[in-house]
Amino acid sequence: MNKIIEVKNLVKKYNKASVNAVNDVSFEVNEGEFFTLLGPNGAGKTTTISILTTTLAKTSGEIMVAGYDIEKEADKVRKNIGVIFQNPSLDLNLTAEENVRFHAVLYGLFPYRLTFGMMPKEYQMAVEKLATILGIEKDIFKPIKTFSGGMKRKLEIVRGLIHKPKILFLDEPTTGLDPLSRKNLWKYLKEVMRDEGLTVFLTTHYLEEAEGSDRICIIDDGKVAKMGTPAEIKKELIGNLGDETRNKKLEEELEKISLKYKTKVRIDTPTLEEAYLEIISKNNNA
Amino acid sequence: MLNAIAVIALRDLTKLFRDKTRLLAGLVFPFVFVGILGSSLDANLSADVGFSFLAFVFTGVIGQNLFQSTAAGIISLVEDRQNDFAQEMFIAPVSRYIIVLGKIIGESLVAIVSLVGVFVMGMVFGIPFSINQILGLIPVIGLICLMGGGFGTLVMSGMSEQKQANQIFPFIIFPMFFVSGVFAPIKNLPLFLTILSRISPMTYAVDLVRSVYYWGKPEYDKVVLFGLGTNLTVIIGLTIVMIVVGTMLFVRKEKTR
Repeated sequence: MNKIIEVKNLVKKYNKASVNAVNDVSFEVNEGEFFTLLGPNGAGKTTTISILTTTLAKTSGEIMVAGYDIEKEADKVRKNIGVIFQNPSLDLNLTAEENVRFHAVLYGLFPYRLTFGMMPKEYQMAVEKLATILGIEKDIFKPIKTFSGGMKRKLEIVRGLIHKPKILFLDEPTTGLDPLSRKNLWKYLKEVMRDEGLTVFLTTHYLEEAEGSDRICIIDDGKVAKMGTPAEIKKELIGNLGDETRNKKLEEELEKISLKYKTKVRIDTPTLEEAYLEIISKNNNA
Repeated sequence: MLNAIAVIALRDLTKLFRDKTRLLAGLVFPFVFVGILGSSLDANLSADVGFSFLAFVFTGVIGQNLFQSTAAGIISLVEDRQNDFAQEMFIAPVSRYIIVLGKIIGESLVAIVSLVGVFVMGMVFGIPFSINQILGLIPVIGLICLMGGGFGTLVMSGMSEQKQANQIFPFIIFPMFFVSGVFAPIKNLPLFLTILSRISPMTYAVDLVRSVYYWGKPEYDKVVLFGLGTNLTVIIGLTIVMIVVGTMLFVRKEKTR
């Protein structure tokens, strides 16, 4: 399979910082894969994604994104990626259509014209299609101040896809959304992934969001703590926790100290959450 | 490239027209400066100094307004950078130099539109200005905006956070009003103030406006400090240096945080 993102020994040390925010991180992402960078706050997720999307300079390491060197060919990298930032990046004073137009012109897709009516026909058709997808046919010419949080996020995603990027970067896209909006947004994202065959690079600290991905890289304290498919990560932990012999031992021990128990002792298959917390806390104790 | 510049620049103008508070402020401040400050100075001092203080303050405010408005607008790029929209600009396949240039042009347009308020106040208070004076001011206005933009870029490049920029900018701009002779004449100053006034780029902006406005008038020698040639030379030189150095510093700092 083709590698669409290759990160080798990435290190980032911020000016005036005493420790490395990202400390020797390496990973690869395959084309068409849904890859999640999972970790607690301050683990280095946003730093990593900022470097991969060329908005922050690395301290050292080798990085290729969409087949281009992120430093020498930053412009080409940018043309091939779509980015959804942690903080909303829409201009609230502009209408939905104006936000989209700004993006399309900056990416060199269309020439700039003062009004929607003066823009090329192709652009007008593209916008109408987008509005239908989002179900905002009526509101597309309204200032987005009036939009709900979930709707704004969807608009950002739609906007981020107009220039047909190969990779979509999502930096904690559901932060600040209520559970229902989160669910709707994910439903939409899954459809986009399916329809467009995109590579998706997600950072999150929500486990249920990571669980749906092809591969997870758990990052903590600027280092890779674990990497694998969600199933692999769970399996590894089950290996550590319970098996039959250990269950037997536990029963014997409980009998020895003559503690009475009524229910049968059983060790559960851990959820990904348990596996994750185990990995994170181990790291923090070390 | 031109499309990118146009879209960045016109966004600023669009935002201005949608912001009712800002439009109102564009009338209130000129009223305070020209109407209140200018009128009171005029009533009390003009007879002694031998020229109209109302026109003096009016021309001063034109220079100050253009310079300050553009500079402050550029500094808002740091705010954008953290909050919202600049993320979108900085991730686009567009050079940082184009972004800064688009922003300077956009904020210049905003400053020029805001100038309408100053001229309205000028008319309300009966300050005379002819078609020739206005025609002469047009290129001057553009130049002063560019200098303000350069100054804003330079200040911005030295600050990492909007909070910092918001706190420091008034401390830089407010003393500038006074050492640059916007409201009070600076023909005679103690040495340390003379030095400060010559360092302040706003001084040359204000004096350039006056050297055009007072051209061929009897008050010219009493009001104008350096004259057209000197002002133009200093402003063009400063503008180029500030834009080039400021943009370079900003672009470098932007990535190597």
